[in-house]
Amino acid sequence: MPQSAIVVDKKDNVATALRQLELGESVRVELEEHSIDVTLLQTIPFGHKFSLKDIELGEPIIKYGEVIGLATRKVMKGEHVHVHNVEGVRGRGDKQ
Amino acid sequence: MKFWGYHRSNGSIGIRNHVLVFPTVICASTVAQMISKEVPGTVCVNHPHGCGHLGEEKEHMIRAMAGFCGNPNVAGVLLVGLGCELLTPQLIAEELHKTGQRVETISIQAIGGTTDAVAKGKELVKKLLKETASVKRELIDVSELILGTHCGGSDTLSGLTANPALGVACDLLVSEGGTAMISETAEMLGAEHILAKRAANDEVRRRIWEITSLTEANVKLMGVDIRGTEPSPGNIEGGLTTLEEKSLGSIRKGGTSAVMQVVKYAEKPSQKGLVIMDGPAHDVVSDTGMIAAGAQVIVFTTGRGTPLGSPIAPVIKVSSNSIVYHRMKENIDINAGVILDSGESIQSVGEQIFKEIIDVASGKLTKAEIMGHHEFAIHPIGPTV
Repeated sequence: MPQSAIVVDKKDNVATALRQLELGESVRVELEEHSIDVTLLQTIPFGHKFSLKDIELGEPIIKYGEVIGLATRKVMKGEHVHVHNVEGVRGRGDKQ
Repeated sequence: MKFWGYHRSNGSIGIRNHVLVFPTVICASTVAQMISKEVPGTVCVNHPHGCGHLGEEKEHMIRAMAGFCGNPNVAGVLLVGLGCELLTPQLIAEELHKTGQRVETISIQAIGGTTDAVAKGKELVKKLLKETASVKRELIDVSELILGTHCGGSDTLSGLTANPALGVACDLLVSEGGTAMISETAEMLGAEHILAKRAANDEVRRRIWEITSLTEANVKLMGVDIRGTEPSPGNIEGGLTTLEEKSLGSIRKGGTSAVMQVVKYAEKPSQKGLVIMDGPAHDVVSDTGMIAAGAQVIVFTTGRGTPLGSPIAPVIKVSSNSIVYHRMKENIDINAGVILDSGESIQSVGEQIFKEIIDVASGKLTKAEIMGHHEFAIHPIGPTV
């Protein structure tokens, strides 16, 4: 059976949905040495990300083993991770 | 490894044999189009430039126009001007003569209007077509290829499928002694430390940090949020959240080789291997710049789908997901979505892309060529005065 979601690097705290994942669905995500079961708190559209663990306000969001932005509020495990709760820090002339 | 290409008399290696009609100024665009339309077998471009450029931008425009017209896929070029413009056909021809490119020029004012300019232009391109029609393909080493890469209309899967697969193809080309080029400087922000670590020397490392910090400083100078365009609304709809995320996925398309050189927009690299061209992320502007820098072929990865092509260089499209591949099959050559839904490895799709590059270099037509896509754009870097 094809994977439901993919994690690029073992340091990542988000996974990418490989199909639309439904609210309440339980997804098993494979990491290098182990797997994580995540129950989705929202519908996750194809290609979008969800959290693999609780992430505090201001904590980095990690994908490819690198920082892709900071949480703008607390993100619960299984939540949709996108522009509503993450901000990039690069190229932000609006913050000068 | 070898492919079937055209060995030009100036020593350069082409993979197509185009006769190009090129207006050096917007005022000559319609005449150029009329000439090209009336002589089958020629290609033509449209652009809004050629006058009002000062200082660095003037050099930038000359480099881009002369580079594009001098690309080895162009067997001969007719430059069409008005007569009173800044970038005259004679000026661009002088640059082209330095490279040994076959070039003819006409100016509308000197000839005396549209009708006579079109008639003279038709006569000249027919002459160019006759001269170049008998050129035969020869077996040529793959190390002569310069591959331009681009990712446009990205989604979150671009960085997981199509870009790393293209990275495998770039690594294969570099290992054969060829040149692979990545650009889109804005899409290095947040990932420049990874490229800098792979710099071949201190100067390349310094240049990587220089181009990314200048790009970021320009955005900050405007006092705007780069998220107005990076990631674009379509990227965000596709699941990309931040520029950093997009960048980390974007640079994977260049593979894992050492970065040998950083060149300016439309500047021909003097080094082989993986090279960075400093340029905007705009799809057409980026492709045009890499072609002007000497790339004979482009591989373009896309998550959202695009029909984009070039009048003189084949553009191989690779989709990041199967949905877009099936929806836009007439525009997309290779589906990297099979990495996720059929369990194909990134390595095997990368090898497939590399094989496609060789086949296309030997004459196989891309979907963009079959559909007749001829996009072209140079970006202005200063105010038009």
